[in-house]
Amino acid sequence: MTVRVQIEDFDAGFEIRQLRYARKDVGAVVSFIGQVRDINEGDAVAELTLEHYPGMTEKSLNAIITQAKARWNIMDVLIIHRVGTLQPGDQIVLVAVSGAHRGEAFAACEFVMDCLKTEAPFWKKELTQSGERWVEAKAADDDAKERWNK
Amino acid sequence: MKIKLFYFARLKESLKYSTEDIVLADGAWTILKLKALLAQRGDVWGHMLMGKLKVRAAINHELVHDNAPIADGDEVAFFPPVTGG
Repeated sequence: MTVRVQIEDFDAGFEIRQLRYARKDVGAVVSFIGQVRDINEGDAVAELTLEHYPGMTEKSLNAIITQAKARWNIMDVLIIHRVGTLQPGDQIVLVAVSGAHRGEAFAACEFVMDCLKTEAPFWKKELTQSGERWVEAKAADDDAKERWNK
Repeated sequence: MKIKLFYFARLKESLKYSTEDIVLADGAWTILKLKALLAQRGDVWGHMLMGKLKVRAAINHELVHDNAPIADGDEVAFFPPVTGG
């Protein structure tokens, strides 16, 4: 498993190929990319800045992958999350999961994202025409995470 | 006992602190007790830590609840609900 927290952009195609080529018994790679939107809560967003808690972030992401691997029969999980100041259209996060078959890889990828959204210590601040504002956590994200506990 | 404190995001900005080392009186300490102590520093502290805004806490990089015990040498962090991804 691989966890990277970085300022630099990433090449999702390259990262997915790495998972595909790592083993010949990989039958499926499922991936998710999150990117910066130019609008939020009805306001135009010019810039998004991500802050995190170094040390805890990596530990939290590794713990999420460990849980996913215990729950589903998957082979590998990669998480790349960017920090710093990003522009609309920029990539924020990549989660990629390899496995023998698609079903478990799909489930594990969604689980990792739902946990990341509610547990990993990242915070977004956006720049709009009326100034800077911290992005509020959404109840829908808590609900998305909660359904895995049922 | 001595602990290291970290603040992130909105808390860091409003409290104008990112980190500090503090010495706590002998006795049993929890996250809630620590928040109550810090809240006495003034209006902003009370508002940010004991007000209506949701505050999350971590001890040694693990998310914890208000009743979690704090031990000597712990790294304690306060921050708003996370918004990554």
